[in-house]
Amino acid sequence: MSRVAVIACGALALDVRAISRARGWAVDLYPVPAPLHNRPAQIPDAVQAELERLEGEYDRVLIAYGDCGTYGALDQLLERHEGIERLQGDSCYDVLAREEVRAALEEQPGTYLLTDFLARTFEHTVVRELGLDRHPELLGDYFGNYTRVLWLAQRRTPANQAAAERAAARIGLPLEVLEVGNAGLERALETALAGAVRA
Amino acid sequence: MTDEEILQLLYEETLTGNAPAVAGGVNDGLAQGMPPESMLFDALIPSLEEVGARFERGDYFVPEMLIAARAMQGALDILRPLLADNESAQIGTFLMGTVKGDVHDIGKNLCNIMLEGAGFNVIDLGVNVPPEKFIEQIEEHQPDVVGFSAFLTTTMPMFKANINALEKAGLRDRVIVMVGGAPVTQEYADAVGADGYAADASTAVRKAKELIELRREKVLV
Repeated sequence: MSRVAVIACGALALDVRAISRARGWAVDLYPVPAPLHNRPAQIPDAVQAELERLEGEYDRVLIAYGDCGTYGALDQLLERHEGIERLQGDSCYDVLAREEVRAALEEQPGTYLLTDFLARTFEHTVVRELGLDRHPELLGDYFGNYTRVLWLAQRRTPANQAAAERAAARIGLPLEVLEVGNAGLERALETALAGAVRA
Repeated sequence: MTDEEILQLLYEETLTGNAPAVAGGVNDGLAQGMPPESMLFDALIPSLEEVGARFERGDYFVPEMLIAARAMQGALDILRPLLADNESAQIGTFLMGTVKGDVHDIGKNLCNIMLEGAGFNVIDLGVNVPPEKFIEQIEEHQPDVVGFSAFLTTTMPMFKANINALEKAGLRDRVIVMVGGAPVTQEYADAVGADGYAADASTAVRKAKELIELRREKVLV
């Protein structure tokens, strides 16, 4: 049986854990702080640090990130680590519901996307990270061109629904919901981990 | 305050995004007869360049950059009419827009401020601008440079679509094309046939000036 590690973006880590448990996959999870998404140039270094820490300990390592605003820098890093792959797609939105997201953006370019994680942590990962708590006057600079919030609902629980509603209200936009579940992420993990984990 | 102290104040308060202090400093400087160009080129622009450098180093994040830009914008609002009186300050016209399908404009707006500060007449078409709108506005304003901005890898292909539209309209040789945005690289700019690319606002200004200079030299030869 292979020893498998998943270095996961903090925004996906809980979902990766839940899916792995449900599928009975024996993987060890190593989350990387989600707020790095606001400084994506730092993501490759953070992933590299985890890879160095885990070197020699696992038969297989998967990077649970999309490109995530690194614009190829993450891929360049992984080219130096043979056999280590990341999830396909530009972002976790792509991983969750690529076609639906592209259609939504084509229909309304001013669509601001939320995942469950983003909805739940909006005040911290968006409002505070973008300085809106200290500089509310910047709201228009960040969100003035958006016309709606589209929540890619992975689990439409009352708590997540309320969080998405709060997030949309915080930036003054109407909320729309697209229930995507976690099937896209599960498929992406399954493909990437094929043969490496016990079924 | 001496002129030197006002320049120091403008530099430091722009750096920390203190818009009221910057506006106050500009007004004080004007009241005591300081040339607008001095405040712009000896304090405000160097300060915003330092903001950009701090952002690149990771010392500043987006909010710090935005509040600094707002302070600079406030100063420009005061200085613009005075600078406009000086025709020699007018370097050229720069038509700017975020491409179709993309609504991101923070980087574009920073470029606009720096370009305007450097003496460009900037016409901003906003976001989600379709090729036909660029064509229409180029025909109307006859800019020296048109800038296409994109933040998404999915909207970058609009650079090529815009350049194709320029060619089709017979305008490609009449305007310099610059491209930029977070995912854009020099290689990509070359591949789509742009004349220039800049990774940040300060470089965009330098590159635009250089390209205009080159074009004017060619016309003279």
